[in-house]
Amino acid sequence: MKSAFVVMGSALLLGLSVSSGAYAQGAGAGGGRGGFTEQGGEAIFKNVCQGCHMPDAKGAVGAGMYPALAKNPKLEVAGYPVSVVVNGQKAMPALGGMFSDQQVADVVNYIRTHFGNNYKDKVTPADVKATRP
Amino acid sequence: MAEQNFAPMSRRSLFRMIGMAAGSAVMYQAMTDLGYAGESGYTGPTKLSGDVKGASVVVLGAGLAGLTAALELHNAGYKVQVLEYQHKAGGRNISIRGGDTVNELGGFKQQCQFDSGFYVNPGPMRIPYHHIALLDYCKRLNVPLEPFSIINYNAMIHNSKAFGGKAKRYREVETDFRGHISELLAKVTAQGKLDQAVSKEDAEVLLQALRAYGALDRNYEYKKGALVSNHRGYNVDPGGGLSWQPTDSDPMAMSELLQSRLWTGLLTGHEYEYQMTMFQPVGGMDMISAGFVRALPPDMIKYNCKVTEVKQDANGVTVSYVDAQKGGAVQTATANWCVNTIPATILSQVPMQIGAPLKNAINSLSYSAGFKAGVQMKRRWWEDDERIYGGITYTDQPVALISYPSTQFMQTQKGVVLGAYTFGPHAFELTSMSPEERMKVVVDCGAAIHPQYRTEFENGVSVGWHRMPWTLGCFAQWSEANRAKNYDALCAIDGRMVLAGEHASHLGAWQEGAIVSALDAIKRLHQRVVAA
Repeated sequence: MKSAFVVMGSALLLGLSVSSGAYAQGAGAGGGRGGFTEQGGEAIFKNVCQGCHMPDAKGAVGAGMYPALAKNPKLEVAGYPVSVVVNGQKAMPALGGMFSDQQVADVVNYIRTHFGNNYKDKVTPADVKATRP
Repeated sequence: MAEQNFAPMSRRSLFRMIGMAAGSAVMYQAMTDLGYAGESGYTGPTKLSGDVKGASVVVLGAGLAGLTAALELHNAGYKVQVLEYQHKAGGRNISIRGGDTVNELGGFKQQCQFDSGFYVNPGPMRIPYHHIALLDYCKRLNVPLEPFSIINYNAMIHNSKAFGGKAKRYREVETDFRGHISELLAKVTAQGKLDQAVSKEDAEVLLQALRAYGALDRNYEYKKGALVSNHRGYNVDPGGGLSWQPTDSDPMAMSELLQSRLWTGLLTGHEYEYQMTMFQPVGGMDMISAGFVRALPPDMIKYNCKVTEVKQDANGVTVSYVDAQKGGAVQTATANWCVNTIPATILSQVPMQIGAPLKNAINSLSYSAGFKAGVQMKRRWWEDDERIYGGITYTDQPVALISYPSTQFMQTQKGVVLGAYTFGPHAFELTSMSPEERMKVVVDCGAAIHPQYRTEFENGVSVGWHRMPWTLGCFAQWSEANRAKNYDALCAIDGRMVLAGEHASHLGAWQEGAIVSALDAIKRLHQRVVAA
């Protein structure tokens, strides 16, 4: 069952298959393209993550909340943010289907070394690949 | 919808008679023939009969699912209280008008500047003819509807990388695509290449059909001429007198049309969920929630309540909540039962005494990003200059589409178009921007198709659904695998609580899904109450 918000036209304008990828339902078919084109951790953060985690990475609170990424000790073990980005968790949507392994590694590395976080060990695309379902 | 002169109750009596006389299979067939059942499971107004024994229900959330549950449970004799996070009812059934404030997370605040009488529907905006539960409530609650134009042959299909970025009319793309395909198929049919698949007799009829369907000439060719112009439109339209001579338009070449992928813009309006006739409420989508609120006792909904915990035991449910704006002291609401319509994004963060299957199901749902923008123009240039009356233009740009108003044709100087409606990566990106940055994208994309955007833009308002404090996303996304694994658990009654909402339906993101989900949930809950 497709959703009310599927707008097939624009996805197909770029030659994407309606049912392609992990994001086939709803968003993937309607987004105009299937994946994010941003390269580099900073660009990805500013164009994607800050929608919810906010430009200062301090998160936000409404009926539920988006956690702060700034000074967040949960980022210490790199596998955790990689898994959350790829597979989602609660209000965090699973974004693995719209990012390459390299993009996930870049944005996790960026977040873990900015906003008051200073974790030196780097995530690699291979780490990301291993996290995919 | 039901015929006006055939009241729902008399239908129900008829069905009951048929059911008693002939068994349920025949009854189902009769109901289908008469236009009920089969569509979203709705079989006419809900009747919860039997003694509710003074039972009470607390409903969490006053969107369409919560309002439906509240109304029907109240009518059945339950003591009902509704807790809502916002200062108003409706949830995603929402319209934004001039003077309204849109508060997004992160402190992004927009004051809508539309003139009086204009609105944008930033959530749902159209109702399929087969969403009969929603249509039935509109009828019962006196919510006037009008057509929503889904297909407009004079609207545009645009790909910034095709035809030099020049948009084509829907009718041009539609006719040319039909014509070229028909010509190709006619050629191979005439050459006998389909002999394996088509009998000689069928091939003759197929050729006749293709000629008529594709506007082909006597040689089965799709070519510029009066016949084709009669479908795709003219270069100069027919007129009267001596000084006006019609001239035919030039079809696009097949290869260029195929490669442009403009044909993809033809598809939406042919899908079941988007087929004509579609509807919208006169004056804004939130007229529906306003209708529900009118039908409820005035004090039933308590606003500005942020739910912080849900506890339950064998006798009932205790909901803790605080003032959504000020926080402060924890208050509680108790009831025998709870209908919980809070979106899973938020519910996953609320401590609740529930079983692991339900908890896992709630946690399994990702919510789609979604973005919409309404744009007020100084004049209705899409009508005055381009003769576009309603309908949708599709584009490969981030805004994805432009939807022209389906109402007030030629009646107002100004007008509001939906300047963006997008999902996936573009929606995440637009959500990540400030309202000002978003509007610049909206105007740039619009101007690539309609240069009038540059001079006629007046003001705009946008919603990035992941920044809406009370949903944290647009709608629940179910993969087939996750639905097989978790859907039943999400909908099952857990102790004294049952979930409802579009996320607890097979009609994800549709208002119909919220309503039929609520009706199904309260039916099951009611069975327990009556049986107890």
